[in-house]
Amino acid sequence: MEVLVFLVPLALTLGALGLAGFLWSLKNGQYDDLEGAGWRAIADDEPPVTEEAVSSGVAERR
Amino acid sequence: MQATRDFSHYVRHLGSGVAHIDLAVEGVNCAGCMSKIERGLSALPDVTLARVNLTDRRVALEWKEGALDPGSFIDRLAELGYKAYPFEPVRAEAVETARASFLLRCLGVAAFAAMNIMMLSIPVWSGNVTDMIPEQRDFFHWLSALIALPAAAYSGQPFFRSAWAALRARRTNMDVPISIGIVLALAMSVMETIHHAEHAYFDAALMLLAFLLAGRYLDQSMRRKTRAVAGNLAALKGETATKFVGDDEISVVPIAAVHVGDIVLVRPGERASVDGVVIEGQSKIDQSLITGETMPAKAGPGTAVYAGTLNLSGALRVRVSAASEGTLLAEISRLLDNAVQARSRYVQLADRASRLYAPVVHAAALLTMLGWVAFGATWHDAIVTAISVLIITCPCALGLAIPAVQTVVSGALFRTGVLLNSGDAIERLADVDRVVFDKTGTLTLPELDVTNAVDVPQDVFELAGRLALASHHPVAAAVARASGAKTPLGGIEEVAGQGVRGTIDGREVRLGRPSFCGADQIANEILCRDPEASVVAFRHGETCHVFAVRQRLRPDAAGAIATLLKAGIEVEILSGDREPAVRHAAGQLGIHEWRAGVTPADKIARIEELKRQGARVLMVGDGMNDAPALAAAHVSMSPVSATHLSQATADLVFLGDRLAPVVGAIGFARKALLLMRQNLWLAAGYNALAVPLAIAGLATPLVAAAAMSGSSLLVILNALRAHRGAREFC
Repeated sequence: MEVLVFLVPLALTLGALGLAGFLWSLKNGQYDDLEGAGWRAIADDEPPVTEEAVSSGVAERR
Repeated sequence: MQATRDFSHYVRHLGSGVAHIDLAVEGVNCAGCMSKIERGLSALPDVTLARVNLTDRRVALEWKEGALDPGSFIDRLAELGYKAYPFEPVRAEAVETARASFLLRCLGVAAFAAMNIMMLSIPVWSGNVTDMIPEQRDFFHWLSALIALPAAAYSGQPFFRSAWAALRARRTNMDVPISIGIVLALAMSVMETIHHAEHAYFDAALMLLAFLLAGRYLDQSMRRKTRAVAGNLAALKGETATKFVGDDEISVVPIAAVHVGDIVLVRPGERASVDGVVIEGQSKIDQSLITGETMPAKAGPGTAVYAGTLNLSGALRVRVSAASEGTLLAEISRLLDNAVQARSRYVQLADRASRLYAPVVHAAALLTMLGWVAFGATWHDAIVTAISVLIITCPCALGLAIPAVQTVVSGALFRTGVLLNSGDAIERLADVDRVVFDKTGTLTLPELDVTNAVDVPQDVFELAGRLALASHHPVAAAVARASGAKTPLGGIEEVAGQGVRGTIDGREVRLGRPSFCGADQIANEILCRDPEASVVAFRHGETCHVFAVRQRLRPDAAGAIATLLKAGIEVEILSGDREPAVRHAAGQLGIHEWRAGVTPADKIARIEELKRQGARVLMVGDGMNDAPALAAAHVSMSPVSATHLSQATADLVFLGDRLAPVVGAIGFARKALLLMRQNLWLAAGYNALAVPLAIAGLATPLVAAAAMSGSSLLVILNALRAHRGAREFC
């Protein structure tokens, strides 16, 4: 039964990790648009991200 | 004077040169729309974020401040085929959203804790019949306590707070027995663990919390969704005011950006969007949305105008006395205050059930304890048995019985185009036995319509419609709308107070007063047949036609009234309009009871009289003059075209041109109430089976877990039947 010494903490850690993951996803706004998220998963391709943000960053540095 | 659009009120500056705006968008309902909009908007230079929220039908936009004007996003969306308008989340919606996400966090904590404790409980349950040594069992119990106590302290907050608030107000609600049950279960389990006992109920307490939180969260998220849609509808009305920013310079601004003391311009054909006093100009105004009276009234300097007033003839300058949701007719304000105070405090079914439930259960637990002591058991065993009675009766099914039905039925109502404003409206709507309708804007459509379109040749109608596009007069606007004309004629001249005229193919065309077009005789014939109609004449060369324009009944009004009458619900009209107009509408709909020329005070008096006779009244109205009656009635409904005040006062709001949602809502409510009662009986039946077991001391944690989840599933499955309404109202 010595196996309990690491099995139990392991189980609890995994549980805590799952909970932390859930709380993180909630805080991250992943539950804000449940309908849209379902559709995005099967959309052909994501709308192209404009390169504006990147190029302007370069421009400012120069 | 060229007006500019000014949306700066809605723009949030995020710092580092990035601006943010939220737009409500109409007609987004699939993945295709989503990527079309996101691509279309991202293609604009300087846009850094364009993200559609399909649940709330909104777009969040961020861009680098500078060249881009927020108005260009709306134009871009219009090109893509979507109507959009900026919106500002109202406080009520923000509160609902915060509450929903708090409940979800609690649910997450409770569910994870319940799962982990269950993982520890199952070895204990199976170990009790095999060969688990007591030290291992105690170890598992301590681990369970370690998870359960903090998790319950956190995720039980919604119940503990509500129970505490109720107790402090010397009331009781369903959360009181829930909180007592959970706290006692945890306390007893800790005590038992300290004394190396066989049974601990940590899993039952957490499972109970998880089930109840799931029910509450679903209820809350439905409510949040309703609020979001209501917010979008309000935004998409795109209510603006034409505000003077200089002596002669005007700017079109959203109402939210208009302040008391500002001066706004109300042009002919426009509705005033604010309350105020005329300071310059002469005109006729239509106050039907406010008073129900369809006859135009004169307005000049000093006349008070209210939001919703339609300006008919001349431009008016108005000094704002209150912006969109500020003051209103003093008379109505006073009546409304009284009505809201007098509104009998309706006791919800759940609270009535808990009032009965809590004393019975707590008495049963007490009797169990005394009984066991009387039969010679130790105090310790007697108390443990009594608490297990409390745990097993802890209103798991009872706590879900009503929220589950409410969630399903508000979803069903939402799909048929009815939005719930207040949570307990479903129960009140279910016992309605009399419906009181306002006429103008409720039984009739809010817009004017041409009634004799079939008598006019198609090509003439079209030409008249194109000519009518040049005029701002509401009667001409009705002709333009009915004809479906899109392209206005060029070179049209407006003759003040008479009509519009122009030439086409060398022949003169005129649209306006019958005398202006030389069509008095035809107009008189029409007015003889239908004295309530407004007429507008059209002359093309030598041929004359006259259009009869009036408020038309909602397309399915007669059918809806017939369904109500057939279901044994009495129907009555209370209108502020003149007698002939009301008599005509009542005759067409087959309604025998009607009152015309009713003031807001009379409306309340009539509702009170009906109440004294024992009737449960559903008031359906849209005008500001209906607001006090809406508040006084047992339950109330407004069309979405109603004034701000009426919509805020009504318990339910229905969308679209048809009356069917009103009838359907009663059907859904009756079915829902039936199912709520059934669910309460199911929960009572479960208790009748489980309580004797607990009293006999046979309720082990395993029995408690099985009984709780079984009964919860049963009431949830039964609640799902609420998605279809009562048959006689469909």
